[in-house]
Amino acid sequence: MSIVNSFFSNTTTRRGVGAIVGFVIIWYFGAMVDDWTGYDVLGIGLVPPPGDVFTAFLGVIPKAGYWMSWVSSFSRVLTGFLVAMLIGIPFGLLLAVNRYFRGVFFPPFEILRPIPPLAWVPASLIFWPTNEMSIAFVTFLGAFFTIVINVLGGARSIDISYLRAAQSMGASQFDLFWKIILPGTLPSIFTGAAVGMGITWEVVLAAEMISGGGTQGGGGLGFFIWNSYMGGSLEQIVVGMISIGIAGYLCSSAIRKIGFYFMPWRRLF
Amino acid sequence: MAGKSHKKEQTGALSIKNVTKIYDPSGVNVKAVDDCSMEIAAGEVCMIVGPSGCGKTTLLNAIAGFHSITEGSIHLDGDLLCGPGKPKAEQSAERMVVFQHGALFPWKTLQENVAYGPTVQSAMSAGEAMEKAGQMLAEAGLGQFIKKYPGEVSSGMARRAEIVRALINDPKVLLLDEPYRAMDALTKQIMHESLLETYDRTGVTIFFITHDLEEAIFLGDKVHVVTTRPCQLKKTVEVRIPRPRSFETQSSEEFRTLLEEVNEAVHEEAVKAFQAGEREMA
Repeated sequence: MSIVNSFFSNTTTRRGVGAIVGFVIIWYFGAMVDDWTGYDVLGIGLVPPPGDVFTAFLGVIPKAGYWMSWVSSFSRVLTGFLVAMLIGIPFGLLLAVNRYFRGVFFPPFEILRPIPPLAWVPASLIFWPTNEMSIAFVTFLGAFFTIVINVLGGARSIDISYLRAAQSMGASQFDLFWKIILPGTLPSIFTGAAVGMGITWEVVLAAEMISGGGTQGGGGLGFFIWNSYMGGSLEQIVVGMISIGIAGYLCSSAIRKIGFYFMPWRRLF
Repeated sequence: MAGKSHKKEQTGALSIKNVTKIYDPSGVNVKAVDDCSMEIAAGEVCMIVGPSGCGKTTLLNAIAGFHSITEGSIHLDGDLLCGPGKPKAEQSAERMVVFQHGALFPWKTLQENVAYGPTVQSAMSAGEAMEKAGQMLAEAGLGQFIKKYPGEVSSGMARRAEIVRALINDPKVLLLDEPYRAMDALTKQIMHESLLETYDRTGVTIFFITHDLEEAIFLGDKVHVVTTRPCQLKKTVEVRIPRPRSFETQSSEEFRTLLEEVNEAVHEEAVKAFQAGEREMA
């Protein structure tokens, strides 16, 4: 009881819950107008009302296939995202601190960067041995470029006074890198991660739809939506969309939490 | 008199001889400092006053080892910092800078910031450094704030902590580049008193850039007025007001007379700088 009380006594929580309820009400009226008046509201007139979607949601919850879609999309996003972080952060830092490395790798990087991740889908379906690997690869690309650009920008915009102060105090190159440049870049790393995570979800969904993940790749939320579309289930399409919204929200909250843990000084802002 | 010190021997005498600095970005020669000479005795508080953008910071950067000089030489206690054949001084903890906009590391607490120098120099163990840092911050009146991040304290406190971070390295010279620029008059007054108190305790040589004339006279043993770009020494005013000084000093007859004298020299340069600025814009 006290948990419920404290939950609703928090102004931010109350506002958030209120906004979601308000949105559902608008959705309800928008979807019902054609039933009541016979006129469609452009754009949302044919959208199933929230009640029907809720029923469809209850319908898929006990099904293992639905949860397998979550699992496979999540594992693709996380694989691509983590590999992008593992390679992208050191790569971006090296671009920032080493002139020779930048001279060699920045030009090809800049030529590859504008290519949208989805443009890589056909090529990677051909070049990678399995569908699963090609989807993971495209997901990786989605996050990689954003992470690198953020890390590079962040590291290069560190206030030069910090570097000068540290050097005057006797910091070695090693100290400068680990104690000044790395913590100074952390906020940009997390910005890059948050944006990159968003792109990852976009990419994985599209890749799943295109590759028809069902045969080899094993579904995923993108395929779930596509499948519902092919089957003509409007309610399930919306269920899939809301699932992705929830999944994305979980991922970005996780990144925020981790960011707070690694950057205690940013809690003040 | 000047430089009342508790150190065994006085160090930190700076000798700036005929220093010229020409910036040459893409072939456009900009002379920032032109044949500038000044002698700063060990343990002296030397105030550099001049119009904005006149090349004062260039001089400070040369002493700190951030920039090279084109001609002339700078010596510290008789040792060459930079000069013919060695255009750029090495950066060293014997010359610590307190920056205009503040350069405490935002990701370290005040205590960790202060402990940074001795730790990277391996002069103390991490534990010792933290303990010493805590002590020194407490002496500076920041005892309750040592666990705070720079973003959590006022700009005055942050600046005070930054001076402590410099002093823990036991520098010969403290280089301050308009450290109190953005502060209101009341905070400034408190910062001045605390800096003077620190100076009376350590006797470190202070090279202080400002364009606040009252600040210059209140803090300094000597006030060097420099010309607008290129920076040259125009006039040196000696401040013989005895230490320790308190804020009442500022209403004394002597203080007012000195202020007029400095003001006269600076005003001329400020007008020149302003007009030069106008021409550049037109």
